[in-house]
Amino acid sequence: MSEQVSSGQNMAVFLKGLWEENPIFVIVLGMCPTMAVTNTAINSLAMGMSTLVVLLGSSTLVSLFRKVIPDQVRITTYIVIIATFVTVIDFLLAALVPDVHKELGAFIPLIVVNCLILGRAEAFAARNPVGLSFLDALGMGLGFTLALLSIGIIREVLGSGSLFTISLFGKGFEPWVIMVLPPGGFLTLGFLMLGVNRLKKKKA
Amino acid sequence: MSERLSISTSPFLHAPSTTPRIMWEVVFSLIPVFGAAFYYFGLSAVLVSLAAIAGCLITEWWLDPRHGEALKDGSAMITGMLLALCLPPGFPLWMSFLGGMVAIGLGKIIWGGLGQNIFNPALVGRAFLQSAFPTAITTWDLPDGRYLSPRGTNLALPLWQGTPVDAVTTATPLAKMKFDHDPTRLWDMLIGNTGGSLGETCALILILAGIYLIARKIVNWRIPVAILLAVVLPTLVLYLIDPQKYPSPAFMVLAGGLLLGAIYMATDMVTSPLTPKGLWVFGIGIGIIVVLIRVWGGLPEGVMYAILLMNAATPLINRATRNRVYGH
Repeated sequence: MSEQVSSGQNMAVFLKGLWEENPIFVIVLGMCPTMAVTNTAINSLAMGMSTLVVLLGSSTLVSLFRKVIPDQVRITTYIVIIATFVTVIDFLLAALVPDVHKELGAFIPLIVVNCLILGRAEAFAARNPVGLSFLDALGMGLGFTLALLSIGIIREVLGSGSLFTISLFGKGFEPWVIMVLPPGGFLTLGFLMLGVNRLKKKKA
Repeated sequence: MSERLSISTSPFLHAPSTTPRIMWEVVFSLIPVFGAAFYYFGLSAVLVSLAAIAGCLITEWWLDPRHGEALKDGSAMITGMLLALCLPPGFPLWMSFLGGMVAIGLGKIIWGGLGQNIFNPALVGRAFLQSAFPTAITTWDLPDGRYLSPRGTNLALPLWQGTPVDAVTTATPLAKMKFDHDPTRLWDMLIGNTGGSLGETCALILILAGIYLIARKIVNWRIPVAILLAVVLPTLVLYLIDPQKYPSPAFMVLAGGLLLGAIYMATDMVTSPLTPKGLWVFGIGIGIIVVLIRVWGGLPEGVMYAILLMNAATPLINRATRNRVYGH
């Protein structure tokens, strides 16, 4: 593959993760964190940002070493690289935002097995130069974060009557308990996918 | 296709048994049931019912690709009425309306409209409300002959809890039995003088409506009979073992939503199996799950979950009980 790419192509690689190939609404990868931790906007944001950082690190590293990683053990190598960054993020969150870290619990270590990250490493970073891989990871990571955040905002507003823990409706609000439970995650994701598909159809 | 041209197989006898006709007949059979609800709970029952029905009809009209054509078959009306019958009288009207929207939107339209849905739409709405507002949906007012005043949190503003108009609430017979071992008098349950959802109180009228629907061949008798048998027989065994601990079979049949579920919800033609054998399996499954939940489960009532679970199993039952093709 040619190492020289135009800036237009760069832009396209970056943008496709945000909308055209959004990891959640279009590719539907990484559903585990999408369902499990999007019950509040803060949790969604923390999960999205953590995934973004891990994705950036692992995609760049995989792309850097793509010519020396033996084909037979490439998945193992990717996982080791990803796990390294996840461990870093795990400690960082525990030190900086212990509350959020506690809330996310096992789902931070579980970023290791997020198919989105492995998928980008295998499908993109392993075949493309470092710069492009970085852009791809940035676009995909931001797309992932924005999608999680939109689900988290809807679920928190309806399920707890607050946004980023700031109460919106005051006392007497009737929380929709279902929205903070897993079914609420599925419902919200379904409705958002419906909306995204509709918009896409309109454009096409 | 022209409206006047109907294509069917022989014999070409004239029997006006069309979907709308069946649906509207069910609607008429529900009128006495609503009469009982209005008699016991007055204005609040009327308001809760109207809100649920409005939620269903408006959503059907809004999401129907044929712009309101689907309203004519009466199925949205039935969904609204059945949903209303399993809501408590003091329920906030906005929640009732929302339940109607969920019932039609998520229970029916999203699957492709009438005939395509897997789950009973009214129960989908009820299940949504149950898991969204667990407190409001388990707060029951006493039937105390106040006709003209709203009850409980009927008038809460949308998204708000509202303050209860009165504090006189009661437990349903099932909850009393489960948590306090206090059986309600059978006669009270038969005529409906107990706390409960709108359609769960008067057992007598439900039984009569059920007999009418079975006689008109709108309801397949196998489903209610299978459900009742599967509830009565295990309960009878338990009752004979320890009458102090377990409720009597008569109590189990008359309490809660069992009759309503067995006659109106489980018999939904779309979501029940096709073959006679399948209907038996379906009904017995519901009855057993009801007994399991009521006697050993954490909830006092389990008819809704029992029917929804067996709805999910219906395609499987259809496949397992397929009739042998002639000559095969």
